[in-house]
Amino acid sequence: MPSEDAAPQLDVDQILADPGVRIVVCCGAGGVGKTTTAAALALRAAEHHGRRTVVLTIDPARRLAQSLGLTELDNTPRQVKGIDVEGSGGELHAMMLDMKRTFDDVVLQHTDPAKAAEIFANPFYQAMSSTFAGTQEYMAMEKLGQLHARGEWDLIVVDTPPSRSALDFLDAPARLSRFLDGRMLRLLLAPARSGGRSMFSLVTASFGMFSKVVQKVLGAQLLTDLSGFVAALDSMFGGFRQRAEQTYRILQARETAFLLVATPEPDAVREAAYFAGRLREEQMPLAGLVLNRVHRPAVPELDAEQSRVAAERLTELGGHEATADVLRAHAALARQAVREQQVAARFTEAFPAVPAVSVTAQPADVHDVDGLRTIGAAISRP
Amino acid sequence: MCAAERPIDPAGAGWPARLHVVTGKGGTGKTSVAAALALALAAGGRRTLLVEVEGRQGIAQLFGIDPLPYEERHLADAPDGGEVRALAVDAEEALLEYLDMFYKLGAAGRALRKLGAIDFATTIAPGLRDVLLTGKVKEATTRTNGQRRTYDAVVLDAPPTGRIGRFLNVTAETARLAKVGPIKTQSEGVAALLRSPMTAVHVVTLLEEMPIQETVDAIADLTALGFGVGKVLVNGVRPPLPAGQAVTAAELRRGLVAAGLPADRDIVAGLHDEARDQVIRRELEDSLRADLVELGLPMIELPLLPDGVDRAGLATLAQALVRAE
Repeated sequence: MPSEDAAPQLDVDQILADPGVRIVVCCGAGGVGKTTTAAALALRAAEHHGRRTVVLTIDPARRLAQSLGLTELDNTPRQVKGIDVEGSGGELHAMMLDMKRTFDDVVLQHTDPAKAAEIFANPFYQAMSSTFAGTQEYMAMEKLGQLHARGEWDLIVVDTPPSRSALDFLDAPARLSRFLDGRMLRLLLAPARSGGRSMFSLVTASFGMFSKVVQKVLGAQLLTDLSGFVAALDSMFGGFRQRAEQTYRILQARETAFLLVATPEPDAVREAAYFAGRLREEQMPLAGLVLNRVHRPAVPELDAEQSRVAAERLTELGGHEATADVLRAHAALARQAVREQQVAARFTEAFPAVPAVSVTAQPADVHDVDGLRTIGAAISRP
Repeated sequence: MCAAERPIDPAGAGWPARLHVVTGKGGTGKTSVAAALALALAAGGRRTLLVEVEGRQGIAQLFGIDPLPYEERHLADAPDGGEVRALAVDAEEALLEYLDMFYKLGAAGRALRKLGAIDFATTIAPGLRDVLLTGKVKEATTRTNGQRRTYDAVVLDAPPTGRIGRFLNVTAETARLAKVGPIKTQSEGVAALLRSPMTAVHVVTLLEEMPIQETVDAIADLTALGFGVGKVLVNGVRPPLPAGQAVTAAELRRGLVAAGLPADRDIVAGLHDEARDQVIRRELEDSLRADLVELGLPMIELPLLPDGVDRAGLATLAQALVRAE
């Protein structure tokens, strides 16, 4: 593939086989096949490389989940049966993230049952634990931290949430901890803690104003609920922050490999490029780019224009409709392939040192273990 | 674009709503389709507003322009004297605007922002965030200049199918937190507009399994929540194969020779493989299309753009959106 000339070839088998690699994080825009890629890599790690693997999925398609034996969100890794690990001795476990339950567990771990019950009953907690933009990302990282701490697995493969932007999942832990640890909360708590001692006067003045506005706009009950929530969470700040920092450090460590997943579409490639830039800034180990759903004509020597002209000639001649159709379809495929290469080149030109692998588009969707095996093989031996 | 072959209905019949909410699974081309719809509905001297709410700057990227501010801007001219404007709604800005409108905050508002209060408020209450975003959309949709509505139609590039129900269901989310007060009133006003015949939610999909599954799920979800689902917009549809059936290698070889192309074994085998994959793919697409037809909703198929979504491509999509009626 000409588009790959610039980039070194990504060897996922080398990553999956490396005992030093304990975490593989798949990230990228929505709709690029992240979950399928994560599941295929995890299966390959178990079957080919004999590793005791767990795949943490966020929101898998129903049939893919079923193929892994996942029928409900239960937040516990389940062993996937019916895979071929006799020769390798590996294991595959899979789990779907239950965001709310993970959040509840974190609360329980950091506080006593009475306080936890109080927190769970607060409407702000309920809103935040189920809908806060970033909670899913934060909880995915929390779960990753938990699985890692248990030390039961050789390899953890993580699928990241379908975020607004792929960056959310890197930012969410920091944002949540900043939020829980932030000035706003300290201000809300300040009167209770120290009899209204202020940090500086403008802030206090604005804040008094803010409270008044909030009371007017949202109602007094809301403010009461809010300060109740804040007071209840107060005891847990340190814990939250510490965990977020821990997870962040694990992600920076050499035992982690980030794989960007994209399709040769402008949005997906742009997201991948943003992400590559961010990982570099955050000094996180980017292993490479998996480019899914790449179209490749089987007859590359016949270009789109030649093919289109020939189809027209056949239509004029008559009697070769079927061949004309095949040539027209080939012309469309060749044209699409050229465009995809141009789009993919935007990434490889910006990040020439990042290894990449192209995975040919499958004619049908994947929803069983065989399909995952095929994908795994395609990623490894393009 | 030949006017004779393009019977654009200047009144936008077939698209009766005033607010068009466009959702779809990630990667289905929801932003492009929303932009094309805004163009189509602006044709013939009308004015439309294309709105995004997720801070992705998808509109700016699609049109190759600088990031959009929180301000309605001219985006493109539509055929026959129409205009599309664009707006990127930002929850923080919307909250400040809202507070300013009612409480004249001025410098205090800026201080609040510095303090992180706005971020805090929209973070701790995600429903509040959504009510601010949809509230701004409502304001633009219902705004008038004297007797005339500012916009003939507003097209919202909405969050993807996985989040659309929760996003639109603003009252339920805010009711949990705000039991009284202006926010509650505001969210009820938004909810009334979103559930009225003035609003239609359109779902963009591809002829692929997962987007279609999400389309079916989202439509069930939206319907249960009381939102009016407009059309299913099938994006990236390839032209039909007139002959359609499998071709034999011998036939292919004769055809290649007749066309004056090389016809050695590798070429014939390669093209034969491509043709087989095409047939598999088309059969799958036909069965997926049948699943969509079962939904019983108006459906529009939009052509695959071989050169990607550029301005000409958007015009093609816009034509397809109105020609189908």
